[in-house]
Amino acid sequence: MLDYFISRLKANFIVDNRYQYLLDGLKVTLIITFFAVLIGITLGFLVAIIRSTYDKTGKLKTLNSVCKFYLTVVRGTPVVVQLMIIYYGIFYSSSVNKILVGVLAFGINSGAYVAEIFRSGIMSVDSGQMEAGRSLGLTYGQTMREIVMPQAFKNVLPALANEFISLLKETSVSGYIALQDLTKGGDIIRSRTFATFMPLLAVALIYLTIVMIFSKLISILEKKLRNSDH
Amino acid sequence: MDIFNNDVLIKVDNIHKVYGDFHALNGVSEEIKKGEVVVIVGPSGSGKSTFLRSLNMLEIPTSGHIYFEGVDITDKKIDLDKHRQKMGMVFQHFNLFANKTILENITLAPIKVLGKSKEEAEADAMKLLKLVGLPDKKDAYPSHLSGGQKQRIAIVRALAMKPDVMLFDEPTSALDPEMVGEVLEVMQNLANDGMTMVVVTHEMGFAKEVATRCLFFDEGQIKEQANPNDFFEHPTEPRLQEFLSKVIR
Repeated sequence: MLDYFISRLKANFIVDNRYQYLLDGLKVTLIITFFAVLIGITLGFLVAIIRSTYDKTGKLKTLNSVCKFYLTVVRGTPVVVQLMIIYYGIFYSSSVNKILVGVLAFGINSGAYVAEIFRSGIMSVDSGQMEAGRSLGLTYGQTMREIVMPQAFKNVLPALANEFISLLKETSVSGYIALQDLTKGGDIIRSRTFATFMPLLAVALIYLTIVMIFSKLISILEKKLRNSDH
Repeated sequence: MDIFNNDVLIKVDNIHKVYGDFHALNGVSEEIKKGEVVVIVGPSGSGKSTFLRSLNMLEIPTSGHIYFEGVDITDKKIDLDKHRQKMGMVFQHFNLFANKTILENITLAPIKVLGKSKEEAEADAMKLLKLVGLPDKKDAYPSHLSGGQKQRIAIVRALAMKPDVMLFDEPTSALDPEMVGEVLEVMQNLANDGMTMVVVTHEMGFAKEVATRCLFFDEGQIKEQANPNDFFEHPTEPRLQEFLSKVIR
């Protein structure tokens, strides 16, 4: 029994250095996730600022409409369809780097969700904070930066962490444009060894480990930010 | 048209504020002179808070004009922030910045708006903190303080901008009864030092002792105004008589 297990393990991961598919795939998954998070935060932040400035002051009307359109389209369609539209529809003829396509697609997708998370955070800050800032002669922008945004960020940190955990896992559909991410790496091993269970289990364990490390880091950050609460 | 007597700090000219069908302010005109302590009383929903919040344009009047130090601050073309820094405001719910320490709460605007150095702003803040007896709280966060302490800090935060007038919006209404005194004492000292103050409050004792003038608001209008003695001893308006008989026992 144990001998069988070890021989399967060898066949799946050791022979022909097959573990390399998982390592390379993991690298691609992490690169896509990392840069997609950066794009998502930037885009989401901008959209949230525009939307809540419009809600509070009535300014930026046109930009607000553009943002609403973006949110409706991105949140109304599956990410895998968006990924394929961007690759096959926009970049297919050019010899574009697929990782870049993945980063763009997942970043643009994540931005829509991050925007709504940030916006709910801004709305959760008591309006008296803004009033106090303005009554002292601080501008809208200064009060946003110094007072509202830091509190909003603290309030939404758990939701934000959740979004990035989702994003990491959603990149597993990268295989649809033949991007060799972690999931695809497991697939390739499966196609070589005809073993269904072991490569998938290994892939699942790797995702799980990364998510657990990430969650731990976030909870440390949350504790640090909570200092001003009590 | 010479509407600006040198002594007039704020001149309110026929302001209205309408929310949907509700007329919160229905044609209010008033002048606040330098050194006055004007106390505003009235039933809830009478427009007194809306009036006070209009004075620094936190509430934007539907029509009418407000002149502060000779400038029409309802004019959209002026830089409102410039004029707001000269009007300190104290809120019912304190509104201390939750993400800043007490010292940062006080020094933020002097540094960002007045361009003071951190050292100078902090030295000024410590002086003010000593005045209200809270220098040891400088590194605490607002959530660690009692209501009375928070409100004293809020007053200090406004004073750090060296305002020409202080606006108080029911400053003791959210406090436990035993903490009301410490806040009123700070306000009384401020009045004694000659600060121009406009105070919306339910503290009739404070009105009697500290006010130079009392206004009675009802249905979005100033229904009566008088010096505290006449206001409390010989009210003429029936609504005011009824109001006083209910709040003073």
